[in-house]
Amino acid sequence: MKLHVSLPGLEMKNPVMPASGCFGFGKEFAQLYDLNNLGAIAIKATTEEARFGNETPRVAETEAGMLNAIGLQNPGLKGVTEQELPWLQQLDTPVLANVAGTKMEDYEAVAAGLSESGMAAALELNISCPNVKEGGITFGTDPKLAAELTKRVKHVSDVPVYVKLSPNVTDITEIARAVEQAGADGLSLINTLSGMKIDPRTRKPLLANEIGGLSGPAIKPVAIRMVYQVRQVTDLPIIGMGGIMGMEDVLEFMMAGADAVAVGTANISNPFACPEIIQELTDWANAEPAADWAGWKQGGVKA
Amino acid sequence: MIQKEWMSVISIDEIAASIFEVVLEGDMPERIQAPGQFVHVKTSPHVAPLLRRPVSISEHWPKERRMALVFRAEGEGTSRMAAWRAGDEVDVLGPLGNGFDTSDMAEGEKALIVGGGVGVPPLLGLAKQLVIQGVQIQTVLGFADASSAFFQERFSSLGDCFVSTIDGSIGDTGFVTDVIDRRNLSYDAIFACGPLPMLRALDSSYATTKGKLSLEERMGCGIGACFACVCHTTDDPDGTGYRKVCSDGPVFPWGEVVLS
Repeated sequence: MKLHVSLPGLEMKNPVMPASGCFGFGKEFAQLYDLNNLGAIAIKATTEEARFGNETPRVAETEAGMLNAIGLQNPGLKGVTEQELPWLQQLDTPVLANVAGTKMEDYEAVAAGLSESGMAAALELNISCPNVKEGGITFGTDPKLAAELTKRVKHVSDVPVYVKLSPNVTDITEIARAVEQAGADGLSLINTLSGMKIDPRTRKPLLANEIGGLSGPAIKPVAIRMVYQVRQVTDLPIIGMGGIMGMEDVLEFMMAGADAVAVGTANISNPFACPEIIQELTDWANAEPAADWAGWKQGGVKA
Repeated sequence: MIQKEWMSVISIDEIAASIFEVVLEGDMPERIQAPGQFVHVKTSPHVAPLLRRPVSISEHWPKERRMALVFRAEGEGTSRMAAWRAGDEVDVLGPLGNGFDTSDMAEGEKALIVGGGVGVPPLLGLAKQLVIQGVQIQTVLGFADASSAFFQERFSSLGDCFVSTIDGSIGDTGFVTDVIDRRNLSYDAIFACGPLPMLRALDSSYATTKGKLSLEERMGCGIGACFACVCHTTDDPDGTGYRKVCSDGPVFPWGEVVLS
């Protein structure tokens, strides 16, 4: 079976990309392996101005998962386009640039700047970060706001726009439909689930921000269910993510309806997670020469 | 060069109450560049505990392909490590971070090494390196009490070693700074690793241009990608300037980062 996947703006050698926020801007991982192995790279969120983010501790371990509240630390649009994106251009791997902000104007400015740079193959609209005080997740939980933001970002962007959906909603299909009608080229889901952990000895939350985003294997069943539900209501390409640790998780997301996947927290516990999963997939694909992804996509789920 | 390696446990000993010293064998010790570097340990081959645990390298012997780690068994991950036995194969990522650069220390100069609790281990490798360079060393080690004290003999074999305990059960009663004041210790450079209040006290009144401090922080990836372990810089304490403890540190010059 061929692993190649073609999505709007993203010609992927295989369906696996590191998820935004778990991979920095790639340089650290480039010391460990050849990033050309990856299907694509979703870089850390860019905001208009540089951000320090939240105070530490910013991460806490949970049962088969982790909470994080980094707070969108990044060098800002200028820093990303001048210091981070140029370096990634030497790769034969498309870059999915994550866009974040607090107001609609911020998103427009960042999307326009990243699009104009010519160094991002596609944009991923982050309307689901639970770790900033304003904006972010507000846009991801109100279908009207999500649609309005998508429309405005589409208007200023020359590259395809994926909208990253929040699981912190009652009905994720409602948001999916709203952003599709507003012109989104694809969807990525899920972002982290809002969560909290308290140390009973100190009676204090483990995170300085108190509340953070839960990720890792603990959230995979939620992610699978949401990809499955969203696939019922849209034909848009879906980048599925949430707790992928190995090849079988990738297949599970494909069966639920994803066209490609993103690996997030696994990179934190094993920096070689992506190439290891891609190798497993390659071996599996070689053993299944007649199969193709189309057959795996939701059609693979047996009622 | 960072690698992920299955290393063999050669020995594991409880050297003080809940403090364990484990000796590991593999290729990694040959890649260690300086004392003060650390490793990131997966404490179980299963999914959970999910995150690695950053652990100090206390000593390494490249020719023997061995290194020693010291940790306090406290939570779920480190308690699993305490159950390691000789012959076990364990998943280690490293060597990570930047260790102690001692190239500015000249022969005959005096270094004061100050360690607190589980911050003591990386200072042992540092002390050995300084002695090889011909630097005179004095050590002050602070512990909560006698049961949690370790490495006094090893530091004593390298130079004068003073101990303080909060309850006075061994050594001087009080903190490491009390020992420095009471004994009027003089030095050209001070090197330290330990709890933040200790580092803050040293940074405000005892710091030297030469010498360094080593920080501890809750970490995610350990390689500088996830931004979990950042700290502010003193030249931009409220701004967007930062250092990553895992990959810019954990060793920093005195006065470079905000100790909060």
